[in-house]
Amino acid sequence: MKRVGVFVCHCGSNIAGTVDCAAVVAAARRIPAVAYAEDNKYTCSEVGQEQIRKAVQTHNLDRVVVAACSPRMHEATFRKTIASVGLNPYMLEIANLREQCSWVHSDRQAATAKAIDLVRLAVAKVLYNKPLFTSTLPVKKRAVVIGGGIAGIQAALDIAEAGHPVTLIERSQSIGGRMAQLDKTFPTLDCSSCILMPRMVDVGAHPMIDLMTYSEVEEVDGFIGNFRVKVRQRAKSVDHSKCTGCGECTEKCPTQVPAEFEAGLGERKAIYTDFPQAVPNKPVIDRDHCRYFLDGKCGICRKVCQADAIDYTQTDRQVEIEAGAIVVATGFDLFDPAKYGEYGGGRYPDVITGLQFERLISASGPTNGEIRRPSDGRVPETIAFIKCVGSRDEAHGVPYCSRVCCMYTAKQAMLVKEHAKDSKVYIFYIDVRAAGKGYEEFYQRAQTDAGATYVRGRVAKIFPRGEKLVLWAEDTLIGKQLELEVDLVVLATGIVAREGAVEFAQKMGISYDGHRFYSEAHPKLRPVDTNVDGIFLAGACQGPKDIPDTVAQASAAAVKVCSIFSKEELETNAMVATVDENICAGCFHCRAVCPSGAIDSKILHAWVAGQDVTRRVATVNSGVCQGCGSCAAACPSGAMNVGGFSNEQILGEVEAL
Amino acid sequence: MNKSKRDWEPRLVGFLCNWCSYAGADLAGTSRMQYPPNMRVIRVPCSSRVRPEFILRALQKGADGVLVAGCHPGDCHYTTGNYYTRRRFQVIKRLLTFLGVDPRRVMASWISAAEGGKYQQVVTEFVETIRELGPCDFRPTNGQIFVPAADERTDLGVVS
Repeated sequence: MKRVGVFVCHCGSNIAGTVDCAAVVAAARRIPAVAYAEDNKYTCSEVGQEQIRKAVQTHNLDRVVVAACSPRMHEATFRKTIASVGLNPYMLEIANLREQCSWVHSDRQAATAKAIDLVRLAVAKVLYNKPLFTSTLPVKKRAVVIGGGIAGIQAALDIAEAGHPVTLIERSQSIGGRMAQLDKTFPTLDCSSCILMPRMVDVGAHPMIDLMTYSEVEEVDGFIGNFRVKVRQRAKSVDHSKCTGCGECTEKCPTQVPAEFEAGLGERKAIYTDFPQAVPNKPVIDRDHCRYFLDGKCGICRKVCQADAIDYTQTDRQVEIEAGAIVVATGFDLFDPAKYGEYGGGRYPDVITGLQFERLISASGPTNGEIRRPSDGRVPETIAFIKCVGSRDEAHGVPYCSRVCCMYTAKQAMLVKEHAKDSKVYIFYIDVRAAGKGYEEFYQRAQTDAGATYVRGRVAKIFPRGEKLVLWAEDTLIGKQLELEVDLVVLATGIVAREGAVEFAQKMGISYDGHRFYSEAHPKLRPVDTNVDGIFLAGACQGPKDIPDTVAQASAAAVKVCSIFSKEELETNAMVATVDENICAGCFHCRAVCPSGAIDSKILHAWVAGQDVTRRVATVNSGVCQGCGSCAAACPSGAMNVGGFSNEQILGEVEAL
Repeated sequence: MNKSKRDWEPRLVGFLCNWCSYAGADLAGTSRMQYPPNMRVIRVPCSSRVRPEFILRALQKGADGVLVAGCHPGDCHYTTGNYYTRRRFQVIKRLLTFLGVDPRRVMASWISAAEGGKYQQVVTEFVETIRELGPCDFRPTNGQIFVPAADERTDLGVVS
């Protein structure tokens, strides 16, 4: 005989104010299976929990219904309570009398009637509850960090410093990412390279970090504690174990290719490193442009290499890494201003992007840090910056704010003063968003110290007139149209998700939002987790972010990884799908709908009339199963069931309606 | 379930997914948004957990309307569950027509954890819809057999 205990919480006056708790208790006592029912002022208090413990023992209860607040609030609390007196923690159901009854109804009679129904439903369900058990899985204590920008670098270093091995995977020749392309950083005007390069060197030299550059993730499967990451390491055509990084090959290479790192303003060779301080500082051959690979001629790099490191026969390598946790730090792309026809759509060489401007003012950039017009190399006398290009513009771009453009434009205006003292700066803006530590002060300095003129209004059109560019705009503060002749226009292009972000998310099984940024598990409380346990996010792949926020998130992701690695074994979710092998017909509708790939097949053997008869049935990997129950709904025979939300439990509730 | 016509009140069942819609209903509570007390909620991990059988059984047990609510498409906690719900509903609606139940009695809705107001609105409107439709008599004992009209048969894929 099942013995249910019902505990009705007053929650002070939160529930008791609208619901007649005594009537609920009286109604509960009339249900045959209910062996004991009482009400408490606060069931979640220590006193209330003690009453549950005492009642379970004195009345020999084998399952419990707590009628209180939402199960999202205190389900875990009461599971622990009943577990402490020897019941299986899953022999508990909660009737939500507060959020879904007393707080949303004012009629006492109707609310009490509903509360009684909710308790009846919970009792009907708990009668079919079965003890559930977690199992444990071993944890592979290696982390894979995908993306070698500042987010990936920070996460990798933090995890490695905690003593766990890390594989850092980077797509391009060197780590460093976007931050390496920047000249200085706001609001301190720290030199970006000066603070980044030591970190990059640390990564390259760290004994716990296995750095894989020129490599891409091809496939990810497995689950928390036991991921398998397939990586394709592209052929570098240079044997890095022999290469000394002398740079002779790069110097002698006859092929010039537009450099990705210089954002289209400079050139690199076909055998190259991304930038002079690259880590690893050993070149790779770009086979799409190398003359040797295109027409079999040349081979100069091999001739000049004294270390005999050039190896044209190298092939792509597939490497499989076993890891317990993954940090995704794949970064962002910049909005392509070619979509703005009125700004020239990329046709005017002197209309450049913010990132190109960074390269212009960088001492290691194509102009050695002098601001010169890409068209004729002249130092511009007037520069116009246009903010919100792509951001906050649903007509051309995206509705959101990219968060960094206001500040990087203010910084660039300050740097104009440093690099070209006599140049005049105009900044066109919609709003100035300077929310961050020291940001407002920095923005003020851009006006007072650097003398930048802020004009509130969008630029309607840019067109060339002689050597100059003409801007048509409106100053919305004085309500006047204006025409401005300038020498250089810098578009503060916004942050968008990486090209291929969606395909990558699908490989990882993580979810993404309407703008293709990866979704955190909870916008407030789980900002670095993804919907997949064991996969974490860092940096702008989750949404526009500046460097301090990126670094903070990367460290947070590292801590999450370390907390997984602090355990030898992980407890699995107990509320997972199970298969009744006697009924399963092996149709595998369940496998088709399973979002986590938790369903495998297995062969059952039976001796029938002296013959070995085999039968294929479904089996659930309880480490992977998330317990969504899609399989149980799709199963035509009812062989699939879900612990905690079984067919019997739900039908029990339905029967009690 | 008592169904005297005079003081009939719609009885609704809501299958709410744990991650979005149930949390949305909780938010309606924390925001003290008032709505009619006709809904009885059954929590499910995902809207895709709802077997069509649950819905039919609820109607047989005297429910006048059934709501299935889940995360917005693209937001499913389990990535794709609500897509199955959406597809399954295409079939369920036709099944209901076939069974002689007004398909308006069963509805699916996407309610996120941030949409307490939407939950309030959906429940309020659904109660009104069902009130207009009147009591649902879909009990196996009522002896009525639904025969689709001739022109409906081909539409429903029924070969007579």
